[in-house]
Amino acid sequence: MASIAQAIRMALHYGEENMGVKDIFGQDVGAPLGGVFTATQGLQTAWNSTLDERGIIGMAMGIAMAGDRCVAEIQFADYIFNTMDLLKIAGNTLWCTNGQIQLPMVVMTPVGAGIFGSVYHSHSFDAWASRLPGWKIVMPSNPLDAYGLMLSAIEDPNPVLYLKSKALMRHKGDELIPGEPVDEKELKAMIDKPVQNADGWKPRWPELEKYMVPIGKGKITRAGEHITVVTYSRMVHLCDEIADKLAEEGISVEVIDLRSIYPYDWQLIKSSIEKTGRVLFVNEDTEVTNFGEHLAYRATQELFYQLMARPRVLAGKNLPGIGLHPNLEKNSVPQLHDIEAAIREVVAEVP
Amino acid sequence: MSKKTTVKTGGKAVAGKTTKKAAKPAAKSTVKTSKKAAVPAKKKQSFGGLSEEILLRMHDLMVKSRVLEERLIKIYKAGEAYFWIGGPGEEAWGVPLGMLARKGFGPENDWLHLHYRCTPTMVAMGMTMIDSIRLMMNRATDPSTGGRNFSSHYCFPEWNVAPVTSPLEVQYPIACGTAQAQKRVGKGALSIVTGGDAGTAEGDFASCLILASRKGQELPVLITVQNNGYGISTPYDGQHGETHIADRARAFNIRSRVINGNDPVETYLALKEEMEYIRKTGKPSFIEAMVTRLYGHSSADGANKKPALFDPVLSFEKRLIDAGILSEKAAKKIWEIYETEGVNAQEQARQEPSPTPESVWDHVYVNNENADWRKF
Repeated sequence: MASIAQAIRMALHYGEENMGVKDIFGQDVGAPLGGVFTATQGLQTAWNSTLDERGIIGMAMGIAMAGDRCVAEIQFADYIFNTMDLLKIAGNTLWCTNGQIQLPMVVMTPVGAGIFGSVYHSHSFDAWASRLPGWKIVMPSNPLDAYGLMLSAIEDPNPVLYLKSKALMRHKGDELIPGEPVDEKELKAMIDKPVQNADGWKPRWPELEKYMVPIGKGKITRAGEHITVVTYSRMVHLCDEIADKLAEEGISVEVIDLRSIYPYDWQLIKSSIEKTGRVLFVNEDTEVTNFGEHLAYRATQELFYQLMARPRVLAGKNLPGIGLHPNLEKNSVPQLHDIEAAIREVVAEVP
Repeated sequence: MSKKTTVKTGGKAVAGKTTKKAAKPAAKSTVKTSKKAAVPAKKKQSFGGLSEEILLRMHDLMVKSRVLEERLIKIYKAGEAYFWIGGPGEEAWGVPLGMLARKGFGPENDWLHLHYRCTPTMVAMGMTMIDSIRLMMNRATDPSTGGRNFSSHYCFPEWNVAPVTSPLEVQYPIACGTAQAQKRVGKGALSIVTGGDAGTAEGDFASCLILASRKGQELPVLITVQNNGYGISTPYDGQHGETHIADRARAFNIRSRVINGNDPVETYLALKEEMEYIRKTGKPSFIEAMVTRLYGHSSADGANKKPALFDPVLSFEKRLIDAGILSEKAAKKIWEIYETEGVNAQEQARQEPSPTPESVWDHVYVNNENADWRKF
């Protein structure tokens, strides 16, 4: 099975071969490195930008404005904050021009904690991103979705922010990407640049097929009856793990992998909460003015009389940063035991 | 609205045209052919070899732009608009730029990434007065923003005119992006970026210098700065350590010059030369144009004419008259014709619809895909 890094790489290859992507760029995105997580190795249109996040986003806006498709990378979301007003402009350009100027650009950036990345390799960006009207925002949790969401992001005529969990870059799923060889060693031999003697190396791409995950569509990863847990990206796997554990005790947890932050799949959330009457929103961005709070607000407004317990948001603590020592990181973003405790609490609540 | 425009005008009304066709001189009869032979050769040479047709066209467009800007200010002062910002005083820079740009849609034509003092350039490219006034008066018919943005925030994608943004300097790295697409097509098109002197303190200005000049990856960008000596209220010396902003470009091996942007002839010739250089080499070039901020920063500081400052329109007009290329009578007629056009355009814009409240949700996403979470 492909890793998420390999899935993104294959999606970008498919994009440059079949969907008109002409520039894949960012810091260390081109040869020789091919991205700090190898997600852009061997791509024909990949090139190294200057160490300048604003230059990267501005350039992407210009390329998109001229009508070409591009995928730009900010090496870590921790360094995207100085581009905030450019992101704002990219999101409002269509609106400000009364529908005249489209910016079909993809910006991808690694997000979140989970690798002990210290203060500036652990930031989340989903809550910030949700305040950028005009953008679509996606956050895959597995390789197949990473592939399908990237193709959807490339095809979309709007700017799309593709937030990829850095802790999941080596994560492998349980579903093959259409065209991916069954043997992962074969895939590795085909598309991973050798660590040694890489001079003249070129990838041998598998015959990939178009596979789209529609932006705005979530997915139920665990079906359940007692509580709905709405999450995305890295937290999906933690929530699934707890759901499996609690199932052994007879607590039936439904886990929704939202996959898109905006637009989001409210109908999926709503129908699940109508079934379970209880809901927990889990993500690792900081908890004050968190995207989960918006969802909890909406659940309260629209489903109040069907709720059996107060909606909860479990998110990162409202701290200036995530400290390096494991004691610090683990006490800053939701851990397995936090998720388990929160689910138990919501399930146990008596109306 | 029931307001009547009070300015008296003469000449035939030409306002109300909504099509975006190329700018045409108001008065074709301004060339005094009978005097051509009498114009001393010495005086002709002072116009850099430019033809009388070009000189008169420049003058005509400069007047048109000035009259339009003054009309916009009057609209503001009459309480028919919320804010004015524009470029009176930059006509000698902006008009030649608009005349020389390769106008059209797509990467084989020039892209223009302008700032909010670009009315002269837009007028020279063929924008009608009423389209500027519609923007000023927030009409739904405003072709640039549909009534959503401030004056001079133009957007004409059919001419590759990128949207003018209020945040300063973001247009500089964006210009590198369109230049990247133009370079790929290889038709000699360039991306032109304009901005003020104070904005060069923003990092985006440096981003542009670097992105455009990397060895072997140079981009066809005409990087320009209009130095009017102020950033809102702060004088140049309070914001700059460098002698000339153009000196910064030289550090990146970008061809660079400082010009008198108050002289349309010098500007025309410099722009032409630099544009040809970029089209031929694919490499960037830099122009710092010294200009005049004739009506202050914006309506926020009064938008009143500063009589002590150099007026490039009146000055150029006098030169043409002194050289016998233009008569005083013909010049007066040009001002009158555009004054009438402006007045009539204002009258018409008043009658046109406002944006509807419901339209706030339009164009958040392409094809009006729903953006309202309440409807997800």
